[in-house]
Amino acid sequence: MKKHEEAMTLKGGWSVEYNYAVGPTGSKFFTALKDEAKIIAPKCPKCNLVMLPPRSFCERCFVPADEWVEVGKEGTIQAFTIVPYFFESLPDPPYATALVMLDGANTAMANFVKNVDLSNLKEAAKKLAIGKRVKVVFEKKREGTINDFHYELI
Amino acid sequence: MKRNAAIIGVGETPFTSRQDYTNPELSQQAALKALEMAGMTMDEIEAVVYSMAPAEFLGVLDPDKWAVGAVGGLNKPFMRVHTGGATGGSAAQAGYYHVASGIFDSVLVVGADKVRECKDSQQVLNTIWDPMYERQFGLTTITMAAYQAVRRMYKYGTTEEQMARVAVRNWANAMNNPSAHLKGKITVEDVITSPYYSWPIKRLDTCPSSAGGAAIVIVSEKKAKKLCTRPAWIKGCHEIANTVFMGDQMGGAADMDYADWDELAMAAKVAYRQAGIVDPLKEIQVADVYAPFTVTELAIVEALGFCRKGESEKLNESNFFDMDGEVAVSPSGGSLCNNPIAVTALCRVCDAALQVLGKAPPKMQVKNVKNAVATGIGGSFQFHTIMVVGSDHN
Repeated sequence: MKKHEEAMTLKGGWSVEYNYAVGPTGSKFFTALKDEAKIIAPKCPKCNLVMLPPRSFCERCFVPADEWVEVGKEGTIQAFTIVPYFFESLPDPPYATALVMLDGANTAMANFVKNVDLSNLKEAAKKLAIGKRVKVVFEKKREGTINDFHYELI
Repeated sequence: MKRNAAIIGVGETPFTSRQDYTNPELSQQAALKALEMAGMTMDEIEAVVYSMAPAEFLGVLDPDKWAVGAVGGLNKPFMRVHTGGATGGSAAQAGYYHVASGIFDSVLVVGADKVRECKDSQQVLNTIWDPMYERQFGLTTITMAAYQAVRRMYKYGTTEEQMARVAVRNWANAMNNPSAHLKGKITVEDVITSPYYSWPIKRLDTCPSSAGGAAIVIVSEKKAKKLCTRPAWIKGCHEIANTVFMGDQMGGAADMDYADWDELAMAAKVAYRQAGIVDPLKEIQVADVYAPFTVTELAIVEALGFCRKGESEKLNESNFFDMDGEVAVSPSGGSLCNNPIAVTALCRVCDAALQVLGKAPPKMQVKNVKNAVATGIGGSFQFHTIMVVGSDHN
């Protein structure tokens, strides 16, 4: 490249809309969430693993999982984080998320933890520690999406 | 029926956040460097494996087809390999299988990435997770590392200072690596006071978004002996995959804990057996590891068998993992100091192979390296690759 030439860049974008298939298992889960304010989960017929997020098969036993159980509306934090930083197209900071093992489930499921004071990160992190109990809070107007509920500390 | 195979050429471009070159141009630069070291021309390469991770950083569908001509792929077998961040490890694995199978005698494994070409790489990385259950919660590779960190804190009492020491060592090592993107004398205090991205992960716990290319030339035993006085023999190579669901790996029913990397330990067990390695700490001198976050390195060195679970934090406070320690971990600065995602794990293979070839930059070269190991991680921390290279074959 000659001295007076600069490496050029070209502006562009990439945007595609989708209609994602939720599948029969997901549809059953979201219908129960929307219509009954219940969290239901498939159970592996072989190892009895109760799986959330729901799936139509047990990944470990490689068998179909079509038996359903209702899990509890409280659970235990297994991992968490607090995001105070802005990332493009992601939720407005600050927000807290946790992987929570709901009572009766055997895997932990992600969601926001709301109604926690996040102004002091270190203090908030102490409140959200692994082992802390949370409850499921359902939204009044539910649309059949994972955002129909969130977690709050008990 | 497996044949011996060796790496005899390695090429890495400088890694930067600059936008001087296109993806095919960066791949070509790396390819030409690797060929030069191997003492070969493109005509002698029989097949090409292209190391290309998510295309969304570049916004081209798909960059591998764009690069075919640039990396000498015309009229040759050419394939793209993609396992997220582990892509470079899987591409090296595919290249190795090409030669070890006896089907090809000389293969080029090459690729490049430009993670800064998109506005925000974390916007792309959020789509690792499904659109129904997980993507809504602002999950990124940084929150993934935060989940691992809080589990290590819970399980092993890991502190933010202990995590910070990993960055301090890697940045110092990177000063010996002319190709490294980030480098310098930083302190634990610098890391601790850098802004939080996702508690407890801070800016300096995190890798850069790099542009750059990497390449290796893998050849059969016959060619290696003819062309190279000290080839880097591929002695062990394996990969283990696990579920995308992070929440499956914590709590009572979990078969593995997200705090640890049992998948890498499983892969290492197989690779070490292939390589005839019984005591990794005594027999391996260098590990160039895929640790894009400080906390991840703590889990990796344990999975590689250099210490027991929960011991790495304390050992990292001594010189155990330093250039002059028990095992030199990432003399190149590792993935904390360069992360061109499509080839990050290939860079680890390059930097491990350079140590065996004796061709690492002078201050980065560890003396008398008989065995070096390279790792990769991809997806939701779910693809784990390992390659063992050594100065002699089995």
